[in-house]
Amino acid sequence: MEDLEASDLHPELKKVIRYGYDLFTNTQQLRGEYVFNDMNCSSCHLGEGRVPFSAPVWPAAVTLPDFRGKNQHVNNLEERIAGCFAYSMNGTPPEYGSDEMLALSAYHQWLATGAPMYPDKSIYGRGFPAPEQPETPSYARGEAAYQENCTICHQEDGSGHYENGEYVFPAPWGDGSNNWGAGIARVETMAGFIYQNMPLGQPRSLTGQQAWDIAYYINSQERPQGPRYTGDVAETAERFGPTFHNRSLYGQTREHDGHVLGDHANFGEKGDIQPWNVGMPRFENLSEE
Amino acid sequence: MKTSMWGRLSLLMGACLMASGSIAQEGDAERGEAASATCVACHQANGGGMNISGGESWPRLAGLNSNYIAKQLHDFKAGDRQNATMVTFANMLDDQQIADVAAYYSQLPATPGQGGDNADEALLARGEQLAERGDWNAYIVSCKSCHGPGGQGVGETFPGIAGQHAGYISAQLNAWKNDTRSNDPQNLMGAIAKRMSEEDIQAVSAWYATQPAAEWEATQ
Repeated sequence: MEDLEASDLHPELKKVIRYGYDLFTNTQQLRGEYVFNDMNCSSCHLGEGRVPFSAPVWPAAVTLPDFRGKNQHVNNLEERIAGCFAYSMNGTPPEYGSDEMLALSAYHQWLATGAPMYPDKSIYGRGFPAPEQPETPSYARGEAAYQENCTICHQEDGSGHYENGEYVFPAPWGDGSNNWGAGIARVETMAGFIYQNMPLGQPRSLTGQQAWDIAYYINSQERPQGPRYTGDVAETAERFGPTFHNRSLYGQTREHDGHVLGDHANFGEKGDIQPWNVGMPRFENLSEE
Repeated sequence: MKTSMWGRLSLLMGACLMASGSIAQEGDAERGEAASATCVACHQANGGGMNISGGESWPRLAGLNSNYIAKQLHDFKAGDRQNATMVTFANMLDDQQIADVAAYYSQLPATPGQGGDNADEALLARGEQLAERGDWNAYIVSCKSCHGPGGQGVGETFPGIAGQHAGYISAQLNAWKNDTRSNDPQNLMGAIAKRMSEEDIQAVSAWYATQPAAEWEATQ
């Protein structure tokens, strides 16, 4: 943030960017209004959203608007951020153009300072690139590797850790975590996050196989239902299979105990609040072209 | 047959206890006070320790998590944490006495950290930055991401560092950096310490020495 202070940007804009940074790193200040789980943006986007291989967020500012497979239409930056609120934060987004949304967008754009718009080369370190997968992931191996490498912070039951009521370690599954519709519910994405970023401070210290196994184990646990749930897990899994759930374990039967993943109507702390952005029709006047 | 089974079982249980690293023993603070007679020369009667500039600083134990203290004492005895002075004193304590002195020090009220008073503003600002936000350009994650908000400690694994003496914090960071201390779980501290410059180490040490340890630490 020192470069922000040193820049010639308007003081009012600096204030707004700082607010965006504050929302990004302490998203829990929106708990109960827009956020209904234990996550911050920076729980997954490490390094305040700018570190390579930790899904840096600034590429969104220079590659959007663009078509997005997940919701099958062209999204801009605000709509992309709104998606994070609906899925990763298990909440509902601040309105387009609201102070919160503008501040978050401004922070994204400021992080992208100097990067070319619609770059014609691929962006270094974008997303959570998954490692090679030598063998099919194994639940049992994943469980053992999770116990060995992750529980000190994230706990055996995946609930993360609060100390004296203050947030410390995020929950990899359960009601405190992202819902079934979040990108990281896909095993590949989780494997990439783990391999590139965990344990904290030791990127790429686990083998690719360990990362895949742990990801498979974590994503074989329950989490809040996704907001696109139709009331039937098989139907939901099928409808959003080609664009999303083919890479998650949603709707699949867990081998060791026969549990069908996502077969429930537990939406977590947000209860029956329906995120207003999900399923919102766009560009209907263009659909015939 | 029966006896050998029990023998094996207790061996197994012993191994499990050791492997889990947590010491089941209940400590008694009153007994701990009596057993702490050998500790006070350095750690002081109030458990506040002392910052010794240019020498080996004695850490404040007052208000630290009891299981954290107990683990350190066991590690000194087992050679998993090395310190010529401490190994002698730790060896005088049996498992029960370790639990007792740990319980005793954990319930003493935290005393202020020393050794940060002479740090200039720029050094403290760098220290605060590392403590609260880290320096991702050097892949140094913030201290608070494990040591918790305000560096007040998290559970029995991540000790409170706010209100610890600057000389002690910097000595430990340097020990991790130089591989002379490595009893942290999964190298979580070692990996970070190795990326810190001497200035970074001085900065966080001064910063946390000037921060108060929270009151609630003394009550756990």
